[in-house]
Amino acid sequence: MNPEKNFYNLIITGVGGQGNVLSSQLIGQAFVHKGYFTTIGETYGASQRGGSVMSHIRISSKKQQSPLIPKGKADIIVALEPVEALRVLTHYGNPETVVIVNTRPIYPVDVISGKEAYPEFAEIEKSLETLSRKVYYVSATDQAMEMGSPILGNMIMIGALLQVNLLPLSMEEFRQTLSKNFNGKRLETNLQALEQGKKMEFHI
Amino acid sequence: MSIIALDAPGKELLLMGNEAIARGALEAGVKVCTAYPGTPSTDIIENLASVAKPMGLYVEWSINEKVALEVASAASFSGLRALCAMKQNGLNVASDYLLSLNLIGIEAGLLLVTCDDPSAHSSSTEQDSRPFAKLADLPLLEPSTSQEAKEMTKWAFALSEEMGIVCLMRGVTRTSHARGNVTLGPLPSPDGRKAWFDKTRQRNTHPVYQKHDQLHRNLIRLEEIFAASPFNQYIGPERPKALIITCGSGWLYSQEALELLGLEDAVGVLKIGTTWPLPTTMIIEKLEKTPKVLFVEEVDSFLEGNVKELAADFSGQIGPKTFFGKRSQHIPFFGEMNADRVIDALGKIFQVRYQARSPRYEAQAAEVAEKMLPSRALGFCPGCPHRASYWSIKNALQLDNRQGFATYDIGCYALGRGPAGYYLLKTGGAMGTGTGLASGFGKLASFGFDQPVVAMCGDSTFFHAAMPPLVNACYNKSNLVMVILDNSTTAMTGFQPHPGVGRNAMGEEVAPVDIEAVCRSFGAKVSVTDPFDLEGTKQKMLQALEDPVGAKVVIMRRQCQMLKGKEEKLPYQVRVNPEICIGDDCGCDRLCTRVFKCPGLMWDKKLAQARIDEVICVGCGVCADICPEKAIIKEEIR
Repeated sequence: MNPEKNFYNLIITGVGGQGNVLSSQLIGQAFVHKGYFTTIGETYGASQRGGSVMSHIRISSKKQQSPLIPKGKADIIVALEPVEALRVLTHYGNPETVVIVNTRPIYPVDVISGKEAYPEFAEIEKSLETLSRKVYYVSATDQAMEMGSPILGNMIMIGALLQVNLLPLSMEEFRQTLSKNFNGKRLETNLQALEQGKKMEFHI
Repeated sequence: MSIIALDAPGKELLLMGNEAIARGALEAGVKVCTAYPGTPSTDIIENLASVAKPMGLYVEWSINEKVALEVASAASFSGLRALCAMKQNGLNVASDYLLSLNLIGIEAGLLLVTCDDPSAHSSSTEQDSRPFAKLADLPLLEPSTSQEAKEMTKWAFALSEEMGIVCLMRGVTRTSHARGNVTLGPLPSPDGRKAWFDKTRQRNTHPVYQKHDQLHRNLIRLEEIFAASPFNQYIGPERPKALIITCGSGWLYSQEALELLGLEDAVGVLKIGTTWPLPTTMIIEKLEKTPKVLFVEEVDSFLEGNVKELAADFSGQIGPKTFFGKRSQHIPFFGEMNADRVIDALGKIFQVRYQARSPRYEAQAAEVAEKMLPSRALGFCPGCPHRASYWSIKNALQLDNRQGFATYDIGCYALGRGPAGYYLLKTGGAMGTGTGLASGFGKLASFGFDQPVVAMCGDSTFFHAAMPPLVNACYNKSNLVMVILDNSTTAMTGFQPHPGVGRNAMGEEVAPVDIEAVCRSFGAKVSVTDPFDLEGTKQKMLQALEDPVGAKVVIMRRQCQMLKGKEEKLPYQVRVNPEICIGDDCGCDRLCTRVFKCPGLMWDKKLAQARIDEVICVGCGVCADICPEKAIIKEEIR
């Protein structure tokens, strides 16, 4: 990505309950602290109940942006769930979009009941790669389970996002934001998860 | 404590629109804040509740929006600034009093915030609440950004006080739930003002015609004030080829659309922050300088209709115009706004071709969208007591075998109209409607109606609007079964307390209202059950269905798992014993996944057996009780 770039469109997507809203809020806070105009458009309400969730994070050094990214204008997509990465790409992706995707599926209720099919992972990989410039795969949920709770997957994904270095935000700056929002044990586990994401070896 | 009470003037924060409204109210010295929760408005009062004690406020979750407005009005009459917040449906409830309060007038500043939900992300309607301002002849403000939401809120209290009337403010999902930069202003120091009601003045609507006349004269004064308001602004060339007139979130989408099309030098944007009454002179002055006008606004053609009314009045002065908007079908009449919709409209008006992506990419994306994206129907959370309740109700209705069905209103349990609730819910609508409808169905026996009717109602909804229809059913001897799904919270909007919980918005302990006793006092026959006891719940439902006389209430009580999960872990480790599950060969035909559908269950295609998704499962153990082969094992965790 162009280092001179001063405007970024980031989408964090997943399924309700994966910590999507909190992740976007923390990233947004870090950028406001750095002096950027940041707009986040997010939808929740019914979102906790198994629906698709996405947050649009728009970071600009010039002015406040609208809360929704126009079609085809996402620079980076962080997906906490694989099919959700595809869903977002089909509308907001372009040939230059970079995708960071958690590999663990969450099956929709109609897939559980057998009414609809969930695509094979190989098919998902192929389509993700067709619709983007680059895809980073992160086994965030599995790592998070090993660390004690699947909810840490979102912090592992942010660690991975910062590690690929596409945004003007350093790991240290984000650590500071975390320490303003959490304390004690919660801060410690979140920092560990962030570190875990940073260490992720991406299989490409 | 919420960051909204930070005493740091000049500091820049990332705030949600609703947080910015709460902050603006604090900067204006608000004292009393009331609401009934409703997405996307809930966070306003939730944030104020979290700072109530240190900031010296009184904050309450009222039982419904009308009461919320009445409580806020009492504060205003007593000289205290007050804020009342609600979602669009809530304004319908509050409107009964609002349409008297407009005539009655207020003392200290009173701001009524309504948050609309275009696209109905978390609503049963996408109603536009703005016509209420016109109906009630009250001033209406619409913020475009978080910063403006804060400034407008602060100003609205002063405006309300100056005019002696309620001021309305309308947010939408993309202003209320959007986050943006906000620079904090100073917080006022406590004034220690004593609340006092002036008995020498009666506050009522009489003499009605004089007060109605005064309201209309207020509108003239408001127009003058609005003409000078910084919330109305224009950017663009002196004589644009076309003018966009917009408000709310449309302001940023319009600018972005013009940038993407490279039309900034040709098209001007007039952003109206004071949308009722309109700043006439300012609008006429801009209309004079352009031949074409496009309206960009969310939901109804409110600006569009009102500006056209002005254009008719001033037609001699401004000459003929071509108007584009919802009526010309350049902007859809439904759904929320975005930059793409504005691009589309401008493209048609200016015959500009805009391609977001190459045709090849579009084709690839369309193929993926069509073939690879399973839908995500909303469902109940893993461990949700509602899933178990619906399971038992479904089984009881099947056993009863008289074509019974269920009615509903608003809450998590309304998701039961889809697969999550086995499609049991057949008709519903507003808060409390399920019981009102059931009260009606239950009186049709003399016309041959013989289907049992089950009214589904939440505990918070019970207090909001379901008590009157239950009284109606008891009084009129209607035959119905009302199920109160008591999960001890207002779950859909984020777990706010209600009168049955034993705690209020300020966090104080209060004597809980006993729903069971209330229903009995009305004359209903009441039973209580734990929904996780599937057999017991089914039996209680059958008893209620079989009783042909009067109103039967079955309270299915178990705390919301989202709330419970924070306090205690569930007792079970659940697994499928692969030795026992015979998969597709079992006569159950995948009862657990195909029918019960808990997201914690999976169907392992390779093994052709059920499996537990250990990431999702919270260990409620209900699925163990539905498996006919007892292949799902729940083991108590010590």
